[in-house]
Amino acid sequence: MISRLFKSSGFISPRISLSKNLTSRFLSRNFENRASLSSLVFIEHKDKKIDNATLSTITAAKQLGGEVSAIVAGSDASEVATAVSKLNGVDKVYVANNAVFDNNHAEAISPLLLAVQKQINSTHVLASHSSVGKRVIPRLAAKLDVQQISDITGIQNESTFTRPIYAGNANETVESTDSIKLITVRNTAFTPAENKDSASSIEDVNSPDVQVKSKWIKEEVSKGDRPDLSSAKIVVSGGRAVKSAEGFKLIQDLADKLGAGVGASRAAVDAGYCDNSLQVGQTGKIIAPELYIAVGISGAIQHLAGMKDSKVIVSINKDPDAPIFQISDYSLVGDLFQILPELTQKA
Amino acid sequence: MSKISVLVGVKRVIDYAVKIRVNSAKTAVETANVKHSINPFDEIAIEEAIRLRERMPKGQISEIIALSCGPPKCVEVLRTALAMGADRAFHVEVPEGTKLEPLAVAKLFEAVAKRENPGLIIMGKQAIDDDSCQTGQMLAGLLDIPQANFVSKIDIQDDKLVSVCEIDGGLETVETSLPAVVTTDLRLNEPRYATLPNIMKAKKKPIVKLTPQELNVEIASRLKTIKVEEPPKRKAGVKVESVDELLEKLRNEAKVL
Repeated sequence: MISRLFKSSGFISPRISLSKNLTSRFLSRNFENRASLSSLVFIEHKDKKIDNATLSTITAAKQLGGEVSAIVAGSDASEVATAVSKLNGVDKVYVANNAVFDNNHAEAISPLLLAVQKQINSTHVLASHSSVGKRVIPRLAAKLDVQQISDITGIQNESTFTRPIYAGNANETVESTDSIKLITVRNTAFTPAENKDSASSIEDVNSPDVQVKSKWIKEEVSKGDRPDLSSAKIVVSGGRAVKSAEGFKLIQDLADKLGAGVGASRAAVDAGYCDNSLQVGQTGKIIAPELYIAVGISGAIQHLAGMKDSKVIVSINKDPDAPIFQISDYSLVGDLFQILPELTQKA
Repeated sequence: MSKISVLVGVKRVIDYAVKIRVNSAKTAVETANVKHSINPFDEIAIEEAIRLRERMPKGQISEIIALSCGPPKCVEVLRTALAMGADRAFHVEVPEGTKLEPLAVAKLFEAVAKRENPGLIIMGKQAIDDDSCQTGQMLAGLLDIPQANFVSKIDIQDDKLVSVCEIDGGLETVETSLPAVVTTDLRLNEPRYATLPNIMKAKKKPIVKLTPQELNVEIASRLKTIKVEEPPKRKAGVKVESVDELLEKLRNEAKVL
């Protein structure tokens, strides 16, 4: 049944209108020339607000050195685009106002990025290594025949990047030989872009004709007024040893007292003590807060991958041999059910 | 609905419990004499293909095909996939030590998919060695078919695939047409163990060997590894005796509270 689709591979040619000076600029591009380096950053946004991780992606793009363009897509993109134009590092904003881009279907966003990329001919295309970036950028990479570089934590030069492998137990430095570099950025490795005094220009782009065979049905977002896990300065995380959802409440109480975000180990999520979007680790969220408090977490390799770059790590565990103590700045051996209430009260 | 076959991706990686070591030349991670297994997310992918066959009306999932790309030892992980319940397998063999990047793997999968016309392709969300998180999405792009990523639940209803996907803030439900590529998240299922009789039976199931040349796929690396290093070690911490001492240190020494 797949064969029918293969006959018409390739996207329908995009209709895109961009200014003439851009066209002439890319015609004269010379990849060897550092001045010709330029980046396109995909802006993630929700409820008319720029996603925090995206702000770090802009910083990474700026660090590359060339002109930085940003693209905002969706039915409510204009307001976000105005905000993006005021960000330090952004030289130009492209807006694609179209409901087809809502919900960030890879089938819609990738062809949009492809179309804009073909027009402005950036040397680099970046997005954050978020659930959206991770689904969109590889699809674009396949279309551009580029080997993407995922989850970068460092930029050596315009084609050489550092990224963690094996759950952060090794750092690999790779040089891309592709003419276009497609990159997803680890947000904790770059500081978020801040506002500047002026605003850069904003330009509309027509949406390419995309045929989306996916339909968004619904979203269940875990709500709460605690700070977002990935941007919180302090994070309190609970593991299997909290024993129950009620036990996990002790974690939440301490977090609320400290104004902290709440995280969890895979064991706590799998046992149903908390929501899976709270998982910290190789395959969950990667965070690097100022202070990480691990409570009842043994410290499996996969968990450490998500938090070992935290500035200060505190562990509270009954088992004095728990691996988490090896990377902790401050360790407290004892029963979390006694320690947590006391800590919450005195903090 | 029409009958479909399911193609499942399987990668052989260093076992998740192994503490890896960087080689002395700082060019790669030591892989010789290190325990390898199926990438955990791929195990979940095989399990889901089998469960799909079990829970759908008999005959709707016509067959489950496993595919692995890599050196000769990948046959081991394919045997495991067959023992779990896959029907047959392909092994795209490359010499030991050949680096296969996600784009090359996606192209090899594309070539096999074009031969086999699967109605559904299930792959792990990422391999725990290179942590790229790319192959499934690249494959969907190459085939121009929809993708559902990081799924924690899938269901096929009236020729449509309904997927619950793990996203940064929670969960998202998406419906896609078939054929499609899905990539598995941890919460999708708990993979079964292969029983001894099934391991014996798996030895008789066919594994067809292919090469990138036969599939007409260029696999040359696009990324040059400059170096591989161990991350900087954290300096040793201190043990505190009480909550008061902990708070005192956090306030006055670390100054994070």
